[in-house]
Amino acid sequence: MKKSIFLGTLAVAGLAAGFVSAQTLDEVRARGNLSCGVSTGLAGFSMPDANGEWQGFDVAFCRAVAAAVLGDSTAVEFVPLTTQTRFTALASGEVDVLARNTTWTFSRDVDLRLEFVGVNYYDGQGFMVPRDLGVTSALELDGATVCIQTGTTTELNLADFFSSNNMGYEPVPVETNAEAQQQYLAGACDVYTTDASGLAATRATFEDPAGHVVLPEIVSKEPLGPLVRHGDSEWGDVARWTLNAMVAAEELGVTSANVAEMAAGTDNPEINRLLGTEGDLGGMLGLEADWAQNVIAQVGNYDEVFEGNIGASTPIGLSRGLNAQWTDGGLLYAPPFR
Amino acid sequence: MTAISEPPAESFRLSQLIYDSRYRSTTIQVVASILLLAAIYWLGRNIVSNLQDLGKDFNFGFLWQRSGYDINQRLIEYSNDSSHGRAALVGILNTLLVSVLGCITATFLGVFAGVLRLSKNWIVARLMTVYVEGFRNIPLLLWILLIFALMTEGTPQPRDFRGENPEASMILWDSVAVTNRGIFVPSPVWGDGAGLLALVFVLSLAGIWWFRRYAFARQEATGEILPIFWTSIGLLVIPTLVVYLGYSAMISKDQYPLIAAGGTEGASLVEYLEENRNPSICSVPDTAAVNLSTTLRGLEQRASIVTVSSVSEVQASLEAGDCVLAVMAPSAAETLIGSVDGVELATLSDTVDRGRPLQFERPQLAGFNFEGGAQLRNSLIALWFALSLYTGAFIAEIVRAGILAVSRGQTEAAFALGLRPNRTMNLVILPQAMRVIIPPLISQYLNLTKNSSLAIAVGYMDVRGTLGGITISQTGRELEGILLMGLFYLVTSLAISGVLNIYNNSVKLQER
Amino acid sequence: MSDIHSESSIAFVRTEMLEAKDPPSSQIGVVKWVRENLFSSWLNSILTILSIVFIYVVLKALIPWVFGGVWDAGSLGECRSVLNAFGQGGHGHGAACWAVIEDRWLQLLFGFYPPAEYWRPITFVVLMFVALLPILYSDYVSSKLMIFTAIFPFLAVWLIWGGSFWVPIMTAFGFIVGYVAFQVVSRVSFGGLGVAAGVLASVLWWLVAQGMIDDALNRTIGAARYDEALATAQAELAAAPELIEQAEARRDAIADDISVAVEGRDEVLEQIALIRSGESQGDLDVLQDQLLAMQDQLSAMRDTFTIAVRAATSAGAAQSDARQSASALAALPDQEAELPELRAARDEALAALPNALRGIGTGEDLPEGTSDEDEDALSAYLSLEADIVNTELAVDTTYRRLALTGLEPVESRNIGGFLLAIIIGMAGIILSLPLGILLALGRQSDLFIINKSSVAFIEVMRGVPLIVWLVTASLLLNYFLPPGTSFDLTLRVIIMVTLFSSAYIAEVIRGGLAALPTGQYEGADSLGLNYWQSMRLIILPQALKISIPGIVSSFIGLFKDTTLVAFIGLLDPIGLSNAIRASSEWNGIYWELFIFIGACFWIFCFSMSRYSQWLERKLHTGHR
Repeated sequence: MKKSIFLGTLAVAGLAAGFVSAQTLDEVRARGNLSCGVSTGLAGFSMPDANGEWQGFDVAFCRAVAAAVLGDSTAVEFVPLTTQTRFTALASGEVDVLARNTTWTFSRDVDLRLEFVGVNYYDGQGFMVPRDLGVTSALELDGATVCIQTGTTTELNLADFFSSNNMGYEPVPVETNAEAQQQYLAGACDVYTTDASGLAATRATFEDPAGHVVLPEIVSKEPLGPLVRHGDSEWGDVARWTLNAMVAAEELGVTSANVAEMAAGTDNPEINRLLGTEGDLGGMLGLEADWAQNVIAQVGNYDEVFEGNIGASTPIGLSRGLNAQWTDGGLLYAPPFR
Repeated sequence: MTAISEPPAESFRLSQLIYDSRYRSTTIQVVASILLLAAIYWLGRNIVSNLQDLGKDFNFGFLWQRSGYDINQRLIEYSNDSSHGRAALVGILNTLLVSVLGCITATFLGVFAGVLRLSKNWIVARLMTVYVEGFRNIPLLLWILLIFALMTEGTPQPRDFRGENPEASMILWDSVAVTNRGIFVPSPVWGDGAGLLALVFVLSLAGIWWFRRYAFARQEATGEILPIFWTSIGLLVIPTLVVYLGYSAMISKDQYPLIAAGGTEGASLVEYLEENRNPSICSVPDTAAVNLSTTLRGLEQRASIVTVSSVSEVQASLEAGDCVLAVMAPSAAETLIGSVDGVELATLSDTVDRGRPLQFERPQLAGFNFEGGAQLRNSLIALWFALSLYTGAFIAEIVRAGILAVSRGQTEAAFALGLRPNRTMNLVILPQAMRVIIPPLISQYLNLTKNSSLAIAVGYMDVRGTLGGITISQTGRELEGILLMGLFYLVTSLAISGVLNIYNNSVKLQER
Repeated sequence: MSDIHSESSIAFVRTEMLEAKDPPSSQIGVVKWVRENLFSSWLNSILTILSIVFIYVVLKALIPWVFGGVWDAGSLGECRSVLNAFGQGGHGHGAACWAVIEDRWLQLLFGFYPPAEYWRPITFVVLMFVALLPILYSDYVSSKLMIFTAIFPFLAVWLIWGGSFWVPIMTAFGFIVGYVAFQVVSRVSFGGLGVAAGVLASVLWWLVAQGMIDDALNRTIGAARYDEALATAQAELAAAPELIEQAEARRDAIADDISVAVEGRDEVLEQIALIRSGESQGDLDVLQDQLLAMQDQLSAMRDTFTIAVRAATSAGAAQSDARQSASALAALPDQEAELPELRAARDEALAALPNALRGIGTGEDLPEGTSDEDEDALSAYLSLEADIVNTELAVDTTYRRLALTGLEPVESRNIGGFLLAIIIGMAGIILSLPLGILLALGRQSDLFIINKSSVAFIEVMRGVPLIVWLVTASLLLNYFLPPGTSFDLTLRVIIMVTLFSSAYIAEVIRGGLAALPTGQYEGADSLGLNYWQSMRLIILPQALKISIPGIVSSFIGLFKDTTLVAFIGLLDPIGLSNAIRASSEWNGIYWELFIFIGACFWIFCFSMSRYSQWLERKLHTGHR
């Protein structure tokens, strides 16, 4: 009865209603699409293109989850969220998963009752200054004017960094990255601080990228990762292992080009387990056996997603760095598929 | 007599509750209040169970926790070690600051534009029409963004003031710097004798007040009009100026010694600075310390002043290593050198001017930015301008309507009585126009105050930016935060409309 | 004597009239006008000169920037290189880069609304003006159009959001149900009770009956279409890969063409740069013309590319739709068969559950000392319950899609740009009118509680800025609703904006009520009309009519204020401009976007305010 009342009311406006329950997976299946919270616009990570299609590194994770759950990477509703609305939207069930370059911190995980499912980008807070300022280290920034995005962990890290080094600074709070860029380029602040990936992405779009340097100091750890609601472990597992599948696929050499071929069966039992030709890992997650196959075929492995959105060949031009596989000296280390 | 019929005995029937207009209103009210209470109960129960589901509670404890973020624009002491509550207070004061500034300039702009719109000068009237229609029909948010972008792009950055042939230079005899980080203006510093100066000034004000009373009484009694304006100006300026010049002549030749920790006795300041870059200065807040920091900035050093309240605290700070330089009267310096433990103190060969009772510290380029003086930040100016221009356009229309509402006959009658044009304006037209203008004007002030919540677009830290923005993001206390913020705005609005009501009642036409 | 006199005087008197002299040159024509209007006093002269200087300075800076702008470019970088070729580089501000508008104007107007469905919002806007005619120009338009105005809100919702055609019809029918209930009850009782009965009947209709009828229709039509739909979906699925391949091949071919064209363009740019730096000789003008032509051609190619990309995307989307509907349809019989079993299992589980545990929703509410078996029983029951809800939801969704007769549904988060601003503004005003009227009546009422609660509501709503209410809508509204419900953010914003503007509308209408002469109230009373009758027949029609200028002003204010939704992540023009500025092509641009958005707002608001002034003048003379 309750449901029909609900649908009846909402049919008036043709809008959808959802039930927040501990069964996000079933609910997503019943609804037929995944609702995914992303940033309102951050170059390389999530932004709508001229056709209104969402593109970016975080967006790719949403698509991967949709491919794993529904077998269709396009069955995603993207919900643009601001830094202020993101956690509420997740907690209230407006989005099923939040992939909005969010830093994994203790208080967010525990106190805000969210569940981080892993790290899709290891980042750290850095500083960018114009080259002709002649600054080579962040420790020379005493008295500088610093542009900073409000409502993020960077704000707190900045305060900690300057006060622990006994330096003074003047914060210039801004709302979006685009705004910060404008202020910084006009010289309204000496320094722009945000995650190093964001700095690189921003610098890449300057008219004269060589005129700006990113200082060597990284003042914080910013493990950025997707997150889900606390208390729905099944759904958390789905999101977590989708991420792991993308990382493992890169390690095992499975790409969107060769996945169809490998799905026919290979000599490597781990690949077989990952792609569902051996064992029933998908079934354990409550998904189809070919879930990871869909993810890799439709979205790609971690490397393909990285290179396609933020890698060296894109305007963003990030190198893998910490985000290389553990075998290449990075931090990406997917647990075994077994 | 018995024919008087008894009124039929009223027996109360239930249907009377609905059909009898005597009882109906009570019935409706009872039903309405039951519905209202039920709705409130329903909302309250939903909040409680939702909070429970999310594992949150409802408490304001976060207001006393450490905030951890910095705010650039603040009217009271605040650092990232202060509490969220204090951050909220900083935000509230910032909201009030920009609202008050905005209301003042918007009024001037509005009156100006409103009068000019009625001007016979065709081009001026058209220009004002363009202004009014342009600002009224484009969202305020866009204006704020545009004006902010204009100020960021259109003004030079501090770097441009540097070098042999700087691209930009300071204006008004090197005292004001207009940059895209804000406008740096000289700030007043009170020195020795400032108390006396203030006393004389207050006495002059009292004198002016007394003189005006006397002049009015005289005019009432004899009809003679005394030159109130010029006398007032004279009273305001001359005594204070005389005291200032006298006191300055007395003390400005005094030189204060410089006491440096870890310096060589008799070394010059420049030599000392070679080993101690960007020194911090301990001093009671006076002009000597400001003069020292001005000197230091002239030598391309940043100087931070650690403010202490007495000479004995200077000693403590020097011993603790909070600062390395101190400046004070020669007699105090001797006692200090004798009594400090653990730190080598030396008197430098350079000395510092003791200063005047009132000085202005001018901004100087030091380090990355201008230092010294006061900074009117770009965010504040952009918001202030945008709010004033936007609200000014609405006020212009109100003023125009107000002036048009006073009939021409009033002016003609005043002229017939022999009043001069300016007296006609002051005594006849304005009082009548004001009655029409003030109520909508105050509601524009109300709008301006509420619109100041768009501060977030330029990063001005008002109450929406601190309490309703960063604090909520960092603590996840959206219910409490928004409640407090809403309450603040509500109280402010009610206070302003309270003033409106009082005014309305006082100027209401006494109807017969 | 007299002769002498006359003669002597005649010698000095002219017999014919002198030609009238032209007035002095300072008193006629342009000169007079200039003297009177520009230089009538020294103060005026100074003002005039200052104004002219001001206008000159502004136009001198603005005109080359606006009219020298670049219209054909794919990104800000490209735009800047073209400007450099014309010697207008230097921080990119020598001239505007209108290419961003050319590239994204559709997005700024419609947001992410599906391009194939653009005709719907356009029809909506056109019909909106038609529907507004009888209100705005009541003297010139036949009042029969009012019927269309009454229908329009339902039509509009259907046009924008889509769905089956019977939904808006049934929703509109709810009002008829309410009206009938009102008539019936107020015949037998008094007006107040009639209003209450009408509201109750409508609400019951919408909440209960409509959902049931909708479900029944969906199921009947859906069941009839089942086989056909399944076959279509499977056929589409089979055909899809080929279609996708074709579309993608076409897209890639155009992309190749573009990259060839870009290379050619870059060569020209290089030549120009060389000539500019003096390293080589050549005719700059010819090259510049060539560059412009190439940019023009490139931009045409990019347009075809966009269309090809869209075709490829929609082919992909068609495949995914077909896949989804095929699998949903295939699963439907199983799900339907499963439901009764699940319900039976649920009833069993519920029966097995101890009384104390019934009605508990989460593990945290468990009473102390619940045994492990009981806890297991509870969780089994709860998971069955959730299974049922989800299966029902899946069945419903499938049937709804199957039975769809009408327009393709569009998610509200795909609505953006000026369309979103118009929708929020219009919905805010239309929905807030009834509430505003009730609040205005409440504020005038003698009944203490009703009066005070209306006053409190109005003051609280007006005392707090809209942005705070919007933050409330985005962060807090869920707290006030029963646990487990969540609304679309757009709907939440519309609800909040409606409540907000109802307070303002209430004040406008209160002004209208107060402006009516007391005689109207007394006249209505003398006719023996009761409160609701006199309001409905005498007072409100007049009060509403004189309130229209005020309502239009409120609408302009609200329409401008819709820009604030950018702060809570909705993609209105300003929110979209942020998103555009975040894209790698247009990162770093802002003036052009802001100016375009500002100009659009200005045109809309200015014409509305002119209308409102015209109406005010008209009403004014009517009263004299």
